[in-house]
Amino acid sequence: MKQKLRILISKPGLDGHDRGAKYIARALKDAGYEVIYTGIRQSPEAIAKTAIQEDVDFVGLSLLSGAHNELFPEVVRTIREAGGNNIVIFGGGVIPEDDIADLQKNGISAIFTTGTPVQTVIDFIENQREQISH
Amino acid sequence: MDINKIINHKTKWEKSTLKKVLEKFPERKDDFSTGSWVPVERVAIPETFDADQYLDKIGFPGEYPFTRGVQPTMYRGRLWTMRQYAGFGSAEESNKRYKYLLNQGQTGLSVAFDLPTQIGYDSDDSHSIGEVGKVGVAIDTLEDMEILFDGIPLDKVSTSMTINAPASVLLAFYIAVGEKNGVSKDQLRGTIQNDILKEYIARGTYIFPPKPSLRLITNIFEYCSAEIPKWNTISISGYHIREAGSTAAQEVAFTLADGIEYIKAAVKAGLDVDKFAGRLSFFFNAHNDLLEEVAKFRAARRIWAKIMKEKFGAQNERSMMLRFHTQTGGSTLTAQQPDNNIVRVTIQTLAAVLGGTQSLHTNSKDEALGLPTEQAVRIALRTQQIVAHESGITHSVDPLAGSYHVESLTDKIEDEVWTYLNKIEELGGMVQAIEAGYVQKEIQDAAYKYQREIEDNKRILVGVNEFKVEDPMPDDILKVDPELRKRQIEKVTKVRENRNSDQVQQKLEALGQAAVDPSANLMPYIIDAAKSYATLGEICNVLRNEFGEHQESIVL
Repeated sequence: MKQKLRILISKPGLDGHDRGAKYIARALKDAGYEVIYTGIRQSPEAIAKTAIQEDVDFVGLSLLSGAHNELFPEVVRTIREAGGNNIVIFGGGVIPEDDIADLQKNGISAIFTTGTPVQTVIDFIENQREQISH
Repeated sequence: MDINKIINHKTKWEKSTLKKVLEKFPERKDDFSTGSWVPVERVAIPETFDADQYLDKIGFPGEYPFTRGVQPTMYRGRLWTMRQYAGFGSAEESNKRYKYLLNQGQTGLSVAFDLPTQIGYDSDDSHSIGEVGKVGVAIDTLEDMEILFDGIPLDKVSTSMTINAPASVLLAFYIAVGEKNGVSKDQLRGTIQNDILKEYIARGTYIFPPKPSLRLITNIFEYCSAEIPKWNTISISGYHIREAGSTAAQEVAFTLADGIEYIKAAVKAGLDVDKFAGRLSFFFNAHNDLLEEVAKFRAARRIWAKIMKEKFGAQNERSMMLRFHTQTGGSTLTAQQPDNNIVRVTIQTLAAVLGGTQSLHTNSKDEALGLPTEQAVRIALRTQQIVAHESGITHSVDPLAGSYHVESLTDKIEDEVWTYLNKIEELGGMVQAIEAGYVQKEIQDAAYKYQREIEDNKRILVGVNEFKVEDPMPDDILKVDPELRKRQIEKVTKVRENRNSDQVQQKLEALGQAAVDPSANLMPYIIDAAKSYATLGEICNVLRNEFGEHQESIVL
């Protein structure tokens, strides 16, 4: 894994609430990561394509519309199919507690719900970096 | 009253009484400002408004510049419309929720559509996967709309529809339902949001690029002024701009700048400003900084009246009145200790009512967690009813007028708004300002600053960064049936099988041809297509082919 981690932040589905996604993107940039933000209304295929092209280490997905159970696993599947086997995928937004276990089973490494401090996300990223490099 | 006497006394007070106290007991912070960083004076005095200017700046309710309200009697005459935004899942389920709300004393309907509907995709479109029925009700054809309003008297209730890019299509469905139920167009009352510019800035449910979108909006203005005189043709919205993280002044500035753009477009198309401006309405947010919010609403009214009178030469006073709906601030709700949100919503309700709103939606306490339950919705509605019937703040019109502090804040917000409006004018107008990313950048900078303050504990959010408890997430969250999309697809397939497809084709082709002619009003063609049971997606696709699709300009 490279010295400077590359992170893709994206919004799958049709949800336009991008305040959280943009905040996370900017805060991670300020924390020293290379961050790419796709904008809203991205299809799983488009996200996978950008993730591979940009050679990212992480993909962060944000969704507030309730479509996460369908779309997050679909993004994981598409990224893996496109060859992004080592990309760590995490998510955030309005996600009920009940849904988190299933999302994790389906390849979402972590879910950060509303009110999560950005430091928690950074800790997660650094923790993953250590795990991968060991 | 000699102002200098007061100013001199204040200086004396600062040097003696105040100084002594500050030496012993410093204040909690070095700087006090509103939630949107407007500096706040410790003790406001009348120096901030000249008594001579009273009539020009504050005046009387129901008279220019409407600072004190658009009606002379305000809530002494009639309370605001209590209008809860609702809709989820299928038309059948939403219809049940509407009847429940009307039975609970709600006085108007407000329809939430799911995202595919809002972006003009049918439920069976691949773009719709995961989103059908989630943030609102799924509407594919006139048939869904017939079910949605089944048993609801459209001549008695007013209906607000949060629909923008395909506003013309949903209005066409509504007109058709009315006709089927024997309610003529001139009896229909309600609002379509129809505000595309803020979709590019903040909300994201755009379809077409700005130019054809403005044409559709102008077509609606023209059609409604002739055919549906009681319909509010647009709800120019600051709500979502604020939700995206703007300050209070930015919310007003960007909303009014959008309004200016719509008026310019309509005037350019040859419409007489006094023929349509009276049917424009606005939609604002109410946040927790109570007095700043009240000042914001008052400033917005005063500025709009001035714009309409001086910039657009409106003659009719109604054209100068800023009438608005308010929703309490969704982004102020916390997932932590959700019961606390009831208190936040109460403060925000006070802000909206003291600010002179015409209608109000109060958020439910559980909306940071998911869709609201029926019980949470009831508390939200009861909050409005308690403020209306028990608080007494409805007895006097604009009761905070003349508060040195509130008047001074109103002036400060007004100044900041004019600065923005001038800047946008310099950039060539709102379309250019949005395309250049200027507006988005201003909002994002404010959103980032706000969130940083929370992370750094400079801004306290109760239950989030202070006064925390370990509370388990509540489990009574409303869930939409994941099988809904399947059922919705079956429904739309059946409609497609049973309709007269030759007729549908013919109506869609006629619409396509009209779209090519920029002088044609598309509304009659859209209504014809809707009545033939063409789907929402089919109608929007005809227009997509002709107009193209908007691409987001990403600003970070």
